[in-house]
Amino acid sequence: MTAPALTVENLSLSISGANIVDGVSFAVAPGEVLALVGESGCGKSLTASAVMRLLPDAIRQTGGRIRLGSDDITDWPERRLRDLRGQRMSMIFQEPQAALDPLARVGAQIAESLRLPRASARPRVLRMLEDVGISDPARRIDQYPFELSGGMCQRVMIATALIARPIVLLADEPTTALDVTIQAQILDLLRRLAVERQTAVLLITHDMGVVADIADRVAVMYAGRIAETGPTEAVFARPGHPYTALLLASIPRLSDEPKSKLAVIDGRVPAPAEFGPGCRFAERCPLADARCRAETPPLLPVAGNRLAACFHAGRVA
Amino acid sequence: MTRHIAGRFGQAVVATLGVLTIVFFIMRLSGDPTLLLVPEGATAEQIAQLRHALGFDRPLLVQYGAYLLDLLRLDLGDSLVQRTPVFGLVAERIPYTVALATGALLVALGIGIPAGVMMAVWRGGLIERALAGFVLAGQSLPTFWSGILLILLFGVTLGWLPTSGVDGIASLVMPSVALGALTMSTFARMTRIAVLDELSRDYVNAARARGLSRAAVVARHVLRNAAIPVVTVAALEVGNLLAGAVIVETVFAWPGIGQLAIQSIQARDFLIVQAIVLFVSVVYVGMNLLADLAYALIDPRIRMGG
Amino acid sequence: MKRISPGMAVILSLLAIFALAAAAAPLLSPFDPLRQSLLMRLRPPGAMVSGKLLLLGSDDLGRDLLSRILYGARASLLVAALSVSVSLVVGTLLGMLAGWFRGWTAILVMRLVDTMLSIPAILLAVITVAVLGPGFLNLVLVLGLTRWPRYTRVAYAQTLQVATLPYIRAAEMAGCGPLRLLLRHVLPNIAGPLVVVATSEFGLMILFEAGLSFLGLGIQPPYPSWGSIMSAGRQYVARAWWLTVFPGMCLFVLVLCVNVFGDWLRDRVDPRAQGR
Repeated sequence: MTAPALTVENLSLSISGANIVDGVSFAVAPGEVLALVGESGCGKSLTASAVMRLLPDAIRQTGGRIRLGSDDITDWPERRLRDLRGQRMSMIFQEPQAALDPLARVGAQIAESLRLPRASARPRVLRMLEDVGISDPARRIDQYPFELSGGMCQRVMIATALIARPIVLLADEPTTALDVTIQAQILDLLRRLAVERQTAVLLITHDMGVVADIADRVAVMYAGRIAETGPTEAVFARPGHPYTALLLASIPRLSDEPKSKLAVIDGRVPAPAEFGPGCRFAERCPLADARCRAETPPLLPVAGNRLAACFHAGRVA
Repeated sequence: MTRHIAGRFGQAVVATLGVLTIVFFIMRLSGDPTLLLVPEGATAEQIAQLRHALGFDRPLLVQYGAYLLDLLRLDLGDSLVQRTPVFGLVAERIPYTVALATGALLVALGIGIPAGVMMAVWRGGLIERALAGFVLAGQSLPTFWSGILLILLFGVTLGWLPTSGVDGIASLVMPSVALGALTMSTFARMTRIAVLDELSRDYVNAARARGLSRAAVVARHVLRNAAIPVVTVAALEVGNLLAGAVIVETVFAWPGIGQLAIQSIQARDFLIVQAIVLFVSVVYVGMNLLADLAYALIDPRIRMGG
Repeated sequence: MKRISPGMAVILSLLAIFALAAAAAPLLSPFDPLRQSLLMRLRPPGAMVSGKLLLLGSDDLGRDLLSRILYGARASLLVAALSVSVSLVVGTLLGMLAGWFRGWTAILVMRLVDTMLSIPAILLAVITVAVLGPGFLNLVLVLGLTRWPRYTRVAYAQTLQVATLPYIRAAEMAGCGPLRLLLRHVLPNIAGPLVVVATSEFGLMILFEAGLSFLGLGIQPPYPSWGSIMSAGRQYVARAWWLTVFPGMCLFVLVLCVNVFGDWLRDRVDPRAQGR
């Protein structure tokens, strides 16, 4: 495997003392798509914000390192980070229409990532619009977000994110707000661009269907910790953590419903204040025993090139 | 776009008609409008004569119709005290009030909007607290008091500025500050809310993720979006500034329509008072209409839609 | 209940002091506020006249300023309280009726509201007082009857919402008449936002009363009002600064306290409006 484009080591985040992301580690190689999957509130979006070094004021990083290529950017000053954002790492969001300034033409917003004078940016913006599959770019470039559909807005967002050829792209639920057919198109586009441009993609999602469609590898997060990680096919074929197994069981077969809902698992995610000493999934886990409640299971290798944080990894599914 | 403007225009016409109607009835609140217009100590015969001359003895509906027709021809009647058309008397004072209101608006915009932006951007900090106190003070200052204090300090004690009357730009400074203080606070509050609203939007995060600094995001994206609600308030405030001139012009002996209104009340020259109220209200309605048009210019969703 | 911050405690005490001073003006005043004395004209604060202290000085007619300010507080608070009550009752009733009956009632009422709001408030008050003549009662009526539209807007919007609540509909099915229903069931539901509006209007009414009295359209001399004291003192601003500085300061501090209290109340009633 080539040297990773993005490495997150032991990332821990806390809000007013409560530890909401705990020792999360992963790496993404150039051209690879890693899906960080979990229920809302599990800390996956905050992990992305931490990578961008754009955490909300209330949240503090209490430990861990972030590496972009070979640079440890954890303690970089804001001024240097600004030169990274949009250039070497960039991000797209859940609601493409909300993520675009309603009063600015889309071309101008894409060009902002380029830091070039408007006139010299224009040909590159046009080419980028074409690359993200927008027909008639010469017309679209001067339109406003409200004149574009949701899917097209997400393509524009992808263009703003990739035009400066960053080595890392963070995609936070990029298709959740879109229609199913558009979802597939956007995922295909991301996949293609990642491979073509050798961009490392960290895809944040709650949807195992999306993971299956696009991710090379998957990291399952539960309540601020990685529960299991490994190649997508291996994890799907034989999950090593009971939570993964339950997530997989909740995927609708033959898409009988457009979006899979994870709420079908009994119980709820504990609040950060309720975290005990043991496995955070124990309260909802069919396999949990006394040891699970007393000790935190370490993330250890299991069969099939995977890691799982479960004492009962062998007995899952 | 055309439909949008036409709709707004229709609303403005209805509002104007409503204002004219309300003023018509207020003038008749005391029962007999003739009594407002006669000099004190007039005989019953003189009153009856005047009532007939002004048509106040006709049925109310006829009076109303005549009133609207006269206004349509910009005929506001004759001043009974000065024996000249009201229109001219009011018109010659308007430039003074417009100058004063413009000065006050500049003070209010120049201080209020930056203050509001700073309060939003540095939310929770010392700067916000200091500015919030400043804004609250501006909101609670009676204009006649701040006016007198300004005269006392800069006019009487320091002698830097003329205390009253019209003597070039210098004499506009104190009245503008006194009149603009309340509006400044309104702008600061509205701008703060508008900017805070915009700062919480996704496009701000997206722009930061593109490598823009906070300052650049505010300058390039947030301010334009936040301008939409602020423009409406600005339009409404122009009307309030013209109305507030009633007090400020009295304090500073500034010869605008505000001073004229008070002088005319004292001289029982009510047609002039009526004309001034109508003028300010129509400007108020007109400014609202302008604000709607300004929206359309700022916001492409309105400019291009409907 | 959230604890009251020290700053808010100061504001509340100041408001209480103003209210007490107004209520106990006859007991607290060292002089009769109307008694003129040519010997005591324009004395500065702290002057002694025949063994009695003129704490805040005296005016051009030799009246004690402190006593006049105390009585002036009465005028200010009384006019504001009464006019706010009038406009609150009128505005709320109209708004609730419009929200309940909707249709033509709502169109008529809300059109009237829009129109009233397109005449700048101070001018509307000035012309109406000028037509009716100045004086305490007219002042209250004019302020009360020109300032109701803001309550109507709030009451209307709130009633529209509340009217769809199941238990209101249930009470209606049970044969509860509209007026009874509005007063017994709808009003308690919409009272919070209305009180917030009333508080901010209260500060405005104090300013309006002072402004109109300053223009000679409010409380008539010789009766004291902060506005009329300042109006008379204006001519002596160079010789007797205390005549304008002290009443104005009272006015400023009172309105400031009311405004701070209003903001605090609004944040409590509607936490989403935090700081608005």
